[in-house]
Amino acid sequence: MATTDMSAPLPGTDDAHATTLGLANDKMAMWTFIGSECLFFGALISTYLIYFGRTNEGPAPAGIFDIPFTSASTFILLMSSLGMVLALAAIQAGDMRRFRTWTMATALMGATFLAGQFYEFSVFAAEGFNLTTSPFSSSFFVLTGFHGLHVALGILMLLSMWAASMMGRLPQQLHTTVENIGLYWHFVDIVWIIIFTVVYLIPAAITIAPPTG
Amino acid sequence: MARTEYDKEHAHPGVGQYVEIGVILAAMTLLEVILYESFDRGLMTAVGIPALIVLTILKFMLVVLWFMHLRFDHKLFRRLFFAGVALAVVVFGIVGANFYLGPQTGF
Amino acid sequence: MTAIAERPTTTPRRSVFRRPTAETGPWSWITTVDHKKIGILYFVTAFFFFLVGGVEALLIRLQLAQPGGTLLTADQYNQIFTMHGLTMIFFAVMPLGAAFFNYLLPLMIGARDVAFPRLNAFSYWVFLAAGIFLYSGILLGGLPDGGWFNYAPLNLIGPNPTLGVDPSAGSPIPEHVQRMVLYSIGLQIAGIASLASSVNFIVTVFNMRAPGMTLMRMPIFVWSIFVTSFLMLFAMPVIGVALWQLLFDVRYGTSFFNPASGGDPVLWQHMFWLFGHPEVYILILPAFGMVSEVLPVFSRKPLFGYSAMVFSMIAIAFLGWGVWAHHMFAAGLGPVANSAFGLSTMFIAVPTGVKIFNWLGTMWGGRIRITTPLLFAAGLVGMFTIGGLSGVTHSIVPHDWQQTDTYYVVAHFHYVLFGGSIFGIFSATYFYFPKVTGRMLDEKLGKLHFALMIIGFNVTFFPMHILGLWGMPRRIYTYADGMGWNFWNLVETIGAFIIAAAILVFMVNVTRSLRHGAVAGNDPWDARTVEWLTTSPPPPYNFEEVPHVSARDEAWHRKYVSDGSQAPRRVPAGASPDHGTPDDASPGEAAVPAAEAPAHGPAHDGASAIHMPSPSYYPAIAALGLPIAGWGVVAGGAVQVALLVLGGTIIISGLFGWVLEPSAEDH
Repeated sequence: MATTDMSAPLPGTDDAHATTLGLANDKMAMWTFIGSECLFFGALISTYLIYFGRTNEGPAPAGIFDIPFTSASTFILLMSSLGMVLALAAIQAGDMRRFRTWTMATALMGATFLAGQFYEFSVFAAEGFNLTTSPFSSSFFVLTGFHGLHVALGILMLLSMWAASMMGRLPQQLHTTVENIGLYWHFVDIVWIIIFTVVYLIPAAITIAPPTG
Repeated sequence: MARTEYDKEHAHPGVGQYVEIGVILAAMTLLEVILYESFDRGLMTAVGIPALIVLTILKFMLVVLWFMHLRFDHKLFRRLFFAGVALAVVVFGIVGANFYLGPQTGF
Repeated sequence: MTAIAERPTTTPRRSVFRRPTAETGPWSWITTVDHKKIGILYFVTAFFFFLVGGVEALLIRLQLAQPGGTLLTADQYNQIFTMHGLTMIFFAVMPLGAAFFNYLLPLMIGARDVAFPRLNAFSYWVFLAAGIFLYSGILLGGLPDGGWFNYAPLNLIGPNPTLGVDPSAGSPIPEHVQRMVLYSIGLQIAGIASLASSVNFIVTVFNMRAPGMTLMRMPIFVWSIFVTSFLMLFAMPVIGVALWQLLFDVRYGTSFFNPASGGDPVLWQHMFWLFGHPEVYILILPAFGMVSEVLPVFSRKPLFGYSAMVFSMIAIAFLGWGVWAHHMFAAGLGPVANSAFGLSTMFIAVPTGVKIFNWLGTMWGGRIRITTPLLFAAGLVGMFTIGGLSGVTHSIVPHDWQQTDTYYVVAHFHYVLFGGSIFGIFSATYFYFPKVTGRMLDEKLGKLHFALMIIGFNVTFFPMHILGLWGMPRRIYTYADGMGWNFWNLVETIGAFIIAAAILVFMVNVTRSLRHGAVAGNDPWDARTVEWLTTSPPPPYNFEEVPHVSARDEAWHRKYVSDGSQAPRRVPAGASPDHGTPDDASPGEAAVPAAEAPAHGPAHDGASAIHMPSPSYYPAIAALGLPIAGWGVVAGGAVQVALLVLGGTIIISGLFGWVLEPSAEDH
């Protein structure tokens, strides 16, 4: 660990809460927390990778996943990340109306994704694929469920931010708060980028029955 | 908190660049789906899966480096994040290897 | 989410409650965000849990004093030995470490508080909530009974599968399942507290240091906090996932660990020990840091090999992530895995050995003052070395197979965690008591405490090596006569009561010294680091003027001059020519010239102008929601939904109140 850069003199600022590294405390806390979350989702994803072949006579990945549907909701979540950066760019530029528009759009895209996940889960349940079917189903639902919980928390934060801005209580100086919530949102998105290929596409591809004839 | 000196020197990418990246991300996702739909099983395992993994890593890095501005930000943030990623990959890689290679193969 | 709350802001804010203002009395403790008060809360609470865990240990020893013991039933014994482990690890040693982290971290780096004072208070209340939640099992059909590691599938079916399945018991949830829910949610809540503290401490170390306090000038205890925080940061989510999976298995019928439905019990072992081994270092590294502060002061020498101590700590943390499977040699992982983890286990002994030799090097040639803190610190060096050596014996896989699940293992981890962590914590307690209370602990009673403790400790735990090698298994509630185990078991029980006497002496000492102890003054030990520059006890804002740090042993350099050719000479305060020169800086480190470094606070405006964070109700409120939601899962049925909603509402409203109030009110 290099120590030289960390011993740099304090930036010349009259802020009484100036920090040693000249970096905002809350942003550093968010990155630290995200580092920790890597291990959380790492544990869930690796459990899934160990278990997706254990189907207990129940459906296998290729038999149950609806790839076109999941692709659509993946696309929506990915685009919500674009909405998030546009909201951040707006507040940094001081355009509060555009900021609110993109914040609301991001939250709505997140909500659409969640609604899609709810629909997906209910279709699976109707097809006899639920939490207790097999290690495959257990690890699938717990992983995607926890991801969905993260999305829900993100939506709650986005909507709170939108409401605070509507009430005039989110001045432009608080753009690092928006940045931090954005970091969280993007993190939830990159977890889904991994889930889409590692949980859906690859297991489904591997468990497709070999073509006959 | 006022913008620190550091933030001022390291501007974030602009709107145009964000949209470009969004389009690239969408295109890569489309490519993933096409890959999945068009390969039969033999080709899928040999070519398709490595291609999917590469695409995932590229998408992951695009979001992390541009949307989360790690490319432009203080290296401490980069280290905190990639320490978590690397640790997760290594330790769960070992756990996974132990399950798949397991005692049967003498691992 | 919590992190965003701590920004100072000038926007007008409204709050549901009026901001608490009490400075004394119970409300001042409930609403405090002062790291020193939180540290004291941690210490008192954790010491209470330490006593509870100690009583459990005495019950275990009374039951095993003679063959065919009848004091406890098998079921009671299972609960008590499980709770002894859980209590000592999660509710005594970890929070006792956290007590010192909280109290000392800002003082040692010359800060006024941690980076997120309310998050800090939140950590404490969540930890307390976890302890209450776990022990609520006394009223709810029993405490966890599967050992602290709670192996699958034992955790799924229970030690006695017939227990509690009687539907006339009234509860829709079987008793065994309730116990496992208490285990998984209780530790989950404790994990939230640890995670929140680790984020807080990491940011504090990176960002809140006084001018001139480079990373390589930080007191070594701060380094141990830093490294421990990273271990917690990365280890807690792993056990978090494992605990969720366990909860879903026992409560909602998933099949993660249940071989009957395709799950794999070995996965639980991997997950548990992936967390569990870093956890071992989370327990011991703080104690290492403490003795590394104590030994130089009483040897009147700088710490020998500071950089080597720092890097060995980092190396231990790194390697600590690569040795987890040595807890699983008996699980049949295969020869390659066993050999690799055996090797890495041998490697981790190297940085640990570096530390032991550096402590010896610190004392070697020093003008040693035999005080109670020094005795406990030296006790750690000796006892931990024995425990470390018996630990390395487990890296030899066939040898490990011989010892697995015997009392040899029990002896080993008590030598490292009692002989290591607890000795270190007592050393720091005697050392910092004057700083915290303004009064000295009595030295005579302290030495009596140490003598009883080291004798009682060895009488209790050394014979466990012998019994283990003779084949006595762990976790048995009784044993038959004629196994040849009677004598040493009786000796161990006597030893346990000697330890209890030692703890009583300590409690008498604290009670008396709080009122009648000699007044300490700022610097009773002639110490070396900046926390001794301020008053004892320190004011709420810690330092009237934030110290500008120019050397590793800043306080010492302000008191003494030394040109290296003769003994250091004491100089009047502030007159040392050493002070202000970067004599201790490592190559590549730029010292901050005092004149250029901006002041951290108002330099000469006096204490009244220092703006401190205001107390808050919300951390305690938000923490309250967690166990309420947890009890819902224990109860099941309609109560579950009601309590989950209630708990969730409390958490969310607590967090909203927190975000919407400014961290400090304008005066």
